[in-house]
Amino acid sequence: MHLLEVKNLHVEVDGKKILNGLDLSVSKGSVHAIMGPNGSGKSTLAHVLAGKKDYAVTQGEVLLDGADLLDLSPDERAAQGLFLAFQYPLEIPGVATMNFLRTALNAQRKKRAEAELSTPEFMKRVREAAAKLSIDTEMLRRPVNVGFSGGEKKRNEILQMALLEPRLAVLDETDSGLDIDALKVVADGVNRLRSPNRAMIVITHYQRLLNHIVPDVVHVLSKGRIVRTGGKELALELEANGYAGYQDEAA
Amino acid sequence: MSADTRLIKTAAETTLADSFAAAKARLPGKGEIAVRREEAFRRFEQLGLPHRRVEEWKYTDLRALMRDAKPLAQVPDARSKQRAKTAGAIVAGVDARRIVFAEGAFVPELSDLSQLEPGLSIASLARALAEGDADVVARLGAPGPAEGDVAAALNTAFMGDGAVIRVANGAAIVRPIHLVFAHGTDMATTIFTRSLVVIGDDAQVTLIESHEGPPGLDYQVNAVLDLFVGDRARVDHVKLGVEGSSALHVATLAATIGADVEFNDFTFTIGGQVTRNQLFVRCAGESATVGLRGANLLKGRQHADTTLVLDHALPGCNSREVFKSVLDDESRGVFQGKIIVRPGAQKSDARMMTNALLLSEAAEADNKPELEIFADDVQCGHGATAGALDENLKFYLMARGIPDGDAESLLIQAFVGEAVEAIKHDGVKEALMEAVVRWLAARG
Repeated sequence: MHLLEVKNLHVEVDGKKILNGLDLSVSKGSVHAIMGPNGSGKSTLAHVLAGKKDYAVTQGEVLLDGADLLDLSPDERAAQGLFLAFQYPLEIPGVATMNFLRTALNAQRKKRAEAELSTPEFMKRVREAAAKLSIDTEMLRRPVNVGFSGGEKKRNEILQMALLEPRLAVLDETDSGLDIDALKVVADGVNRLRSPNRAMIVITHYQRLLNHIVPDVVHVLSKGRIVRTGGKELALELEANGYAGYQDEAA
Repeated sequence: MSADTRLIKTAAETTLADSFAAAKARLPGKGEIAVRREEAFRRFEQLGLPHRRVEEWKYTDLRALMRDAKPLAQVPDARSKQRAKTAGAIVAGVDARRIVFAEGAFVPELSDLSQLEPGLSIASLARALAEGDADVVARLGAPGPAEGDVAAALNTAFMGDGAVIRVANGAAIVRPIHLVFAHGTDMATTIFTRSLVVIGDDAQVTLIESHEGPPGLDYQVNAVLDLFVGDRARVDHVKLGVEGSSALHVATLAATIGADVEFNDFTFTIGGQVTRNQLFVRCAGESATVGLRGANLLKGRQHADTTLVLDHALPGCNSREVFKSVLDDESRGVFQGKIIVRPGAQKSDARMMTNALLLSEAAEADNKPELEIFADDVQCGHGATAGALDENLKFYLMARGIPDGDAESLLIQAFVGEAVEAIKHDGVKEALMEAVVRWLAARG
């Protein structure tokens, strides 16, 4: 069985159709890239998977490990092991990053009927994960993402992913706004989290991220549907030829 | 009499006039103070209870809200004292010197007057007035920052008891002083308290004031604090409004601030049916740093009005005003803030910000900032926001596994925390955040 099954998914936003019968199967341990031109529905797919309001699913289903995902609230999906790395991580003034991480982790553990982590154990995990991403502890005392640079925000997303240990991580345009050095730190962070028990969906417009996070499968999304699926060489082909052909194909 | 009294119309005004006539002979203080009371009451009679056409009271129509005036509070009985004993629990975790007032009267046996720090003196205002304490009489007799205000005038007419606190020049009082004001009887009465705090040059003190009473009882409180702060002193003042759910509470701070002072004021309101917090602050010396902040957490049909007048009378003063309101159900939060920069008060720097978080469609926030600037080399600004919780922020928290209600609570705590953070005393800060958490938990 696939870890994630998306079947014939139709989604509307404000009455406008964005996803048009999207099918996607992702198995455990694999990394799938979803590429596509602007407006093809990439971010919509990410948000629908995470459970954002304002996205109306008019048809189709999404199963995580065979269980329906669409009926769950965003926090329940997170507790089931779904993680969305945001394209634009939000700033939360007044909430210290450390407190946020701890609240999130313990909320998920509680929902899974696991014991809360003791403070020393939690601190140990945060410090280890932060060190690997070159995040200093001073940053963790600051309010979530407030005053963080673009690179720091993205590293903070990966830190959350490392701590929350999802089964399925969706990375929405994680490369946007990053220079090549920051991109490398983030990609290394993601690669360390690759595991036979975890799948990832990497959503990106550009091929360059995929030089660092090498996918097993590449999909091309156009006009709300997967129009082509291939190996990692498909990304190189897109880089060379652009999306022009796909926009025509879907039209 | 007749020329003045014809303006008196409402039942509440009539009752107050009767109360004053009956009580004035036994209210503490003779001579100058008695004259001052008479003048103040005449002033009240001329003005009457303020209503919505009086600009300063536009959003808090006291004439409509005060259907009647309650009889003056009696001497506290055993039961009242028993309740006062546990009052002020909101800061129970803070090691503070408790000075307790029940029904507005000083209760020495419940107050901690042992081992007063050198330079600190604490006394009862009623006693100081009765004994004719010259300094007290002079300070209460002179026009202060709240001069002309009708609620303060009414307080001057009826003032019963309160604290007289003096901190000598250079004395640093580390342990906070907690003035506990409790309404403890089951009778709906009116309490008029008046406190006078005089801080010497280079002195330091943290003053906490809490006001509370039983739920469901429509008692009335009019409390005034006159604060005089000497040069270079550091004063932190935190006022906690934890009145009963049907209470009417009007409080006035009249502060005169010296040069190079650091004054931090925080007003926290979670109780009361109708609350009006008035802050009249005058920077009477150069280069003072003033922080006026506050948070109101309201639900049901609660109404809380913060009205401040900050007078930058001399050059170089720096002030920050930050007020947060969390408004649920049909509650209403009012903020009126006026900053005056006098001619010649150059290099004044004032920033005023108010934010209201509306948790329900029926909640209401009213905002009226005013800047009156008569100097040309100043920096003054104000801003106001009112809105619901940010759904995108909530989604971010929920996407990390935090349930709906917890995500809201976290965001509300963060919202209030931005103001509470400025409180210098860590214990008080924590106590207030715990009170916020309890308020949120009760909200369900």
